[in-house]
Amino acid sequence: MSAARTSLLVGVLMTAVFAAVPFFFGDYGVYLGAEILIYILFALAFNLMLGQGGLVSFGHAAYFAIASYAVAILLTTYSWPLLPAFVVAVALSCAAAVVIGALCVRLTAIYFAMLTLAFSQLVWAIAFKWNAVTGGDEGFVGVSVPQYLAEPTGFFYFALAIVAVCAVLLWLITHSAFGRILRATKENPRRAEFLGINVRRIRLVTFVISGTFTGVAGALFAIFNRAVFVESAWWTKSAEVLVMTILGGVGSFFGPALGATVLILLDRLITEFTQYWPTVLAIILIAVLFFLPNGLIGAFRRGRSTGAGDA
Amino acid sequence: MLEISGLSKDFSGFLALSDVNLSVREGERHAVIGPNGAGKSTLFNAISGYLKPTTGRVHLSGNDITGEKPHTLVRRGMGRSFQRVNIFPDLTVHENVQAALLAHHKRMFDLFTPGAKLYRDETNAIIEQVGLSEEAARVSGTLAYGKQKQLEFALSLATDPKILLLDEPTAGMSPRETMEILALIKRIQEARGLTLVFTEHDMEFVFAIADRLTVLVQGTPLATGSPEEVRDNEDVQRVYLGGHGAA
Repeated sequence: MSAARTSLLVGVLMTAVFAAVPFFFGDYGVYLGAEILIYILFALAFNLMLGQGGLVSFGHAAYFAIASYAVAILLTTYSWPLLPAFVVAVALSCAAAVVIGALCVRLTAIYFAMLTLAFSQLVWAIAFKWNAVTGGDEGFVGVSVPQYLAEPTGFFYFALAIVAVCAVLLWLITHSAFGRILRATKENPRRAEFLGINVRRIRLVTFVISGTFTGVAGALFAIFNRAVFVESAWWTKSAEVLVMTILGGVGSFFGPALGATVLILLDRLITEFTQYWPTVLAIILIAVLFFLPNGLIGAFRRGRSTGAGDA
Repeated sequence: MLEISGLSKDFSGFLALSDVNLSVREGERHAVIGPNGAGKSTLFNAISGYLKPTTGRVHLSGNDITGEKPHTLVRRGMGRSFQRVNIFPDLTVHENVQAALLAHHKRMFDLFTPGAKLYRDETNAIIEQVGLSEEAARVSGTLAYGKQKQLEFALSLATDPKILLLDEPTAGMSPRETMEILALIKRIQEARGLTLVFTEHDMEFVFAIADRLTVLVQGTPLATGSPEEVRDNEDVQRVYLGGHGAA
């Protein structure tokens, strides 16, 4: 069917474009490309909740930061090898999402969003205060990473492989039986209950999947940045991924990836010319919200903008 | 099949239902009628798990289901439709019914099987049964009101209920749409051997379809019986049907 084929084409094309980056750009381009890849994964994971589930999380920085700190601490303080450190770090984000999600899905709408925010600020406070382990407000610097990841191109392909695999998994989940049920709970949770769907359970599973993939992005980021700062758990980080997702388009699978790419590129480009980047960002956002209700990707697509059926 | 005993619902001082006793036999078409505010919708909500009754018990096929959540009641074979249209408006007709079937077949946590092609035949069969085949690919929110009610009915059928609660199935419908849905409900009820409990304002509809009636007035059943018995009941005539026959 054509929707799946379109997605496959877009996915392969994007992977190919990214894979070619090291051949055409220098170290800075590769560095920027890796950062974009990480944020693409963050935004795709976030949009499973926002776009498919209609769940506004205002605290996704928590799951990003938990895995970031965990992978940094395990690699550096405890000298663990990469694979177990990575897996355990992601598992910790997953576990946090289980506990926090179980409490948050009892609420809806703005109360849900506020509770996710409260928990992420709690994670921030722990990271900030727990000096001995996290480095507190000075950050955790000097993450030791394996030699092959210390070199920009090596890390870039490592990140590309992981992000590509995660994107495929997220695409499958979005278009699975579960994904269809999730969309139904977004549109009409009450009716969904009367079809025998445990809406809270569906939302919790979504929360956990999203938090786990966010953890993968966070773990990658710690290795990429070789440092973790307490700002990564601050609420503005949660707002950033929300902006990326809305900018790109919540109604499509790849929209948030486009949003992440555009936002990071604009950020770098515009800060070179002006210190008023936030102002420019605000204007862009207002323009998108007014003129492109389906986000940047909506400008490229025609037809109805409902997630499940299309790219 | 459905036994309601001593059911009351107190909305902080306002007694919407008081001591309701009602028994619905398997395979019957049971109408609950009564003036506006008599507690019909509250009764449905209390039976179907949307509201917790203050006192009283509800039994379904011998099991105590009082206060159970809607999603578990559906698993026990209780389906319901709503007074106002209650569908998934941004999904197509096909996607609506398919979502209901995915839920019914417990594919909710199936994370990796592509969803689009699952239960296609079964979905089409139900859509055909309610007469929406031509509209299958349409976004359901754009359908005419009567068609949306048909879809609503299809959603309830997809959960393969043994007993179906219909809250004013003809509310807001034109006379023609009313006759169509009447024929549809009767046909499907007979084909599937469903037990039907419904509320309705349209007395013609009620007398055309119901085997038994319960008249609810101010949260209490006034009379129960066959349409003839209820029509001839003096209390009912005085309180509800009044002088003007088909109120």
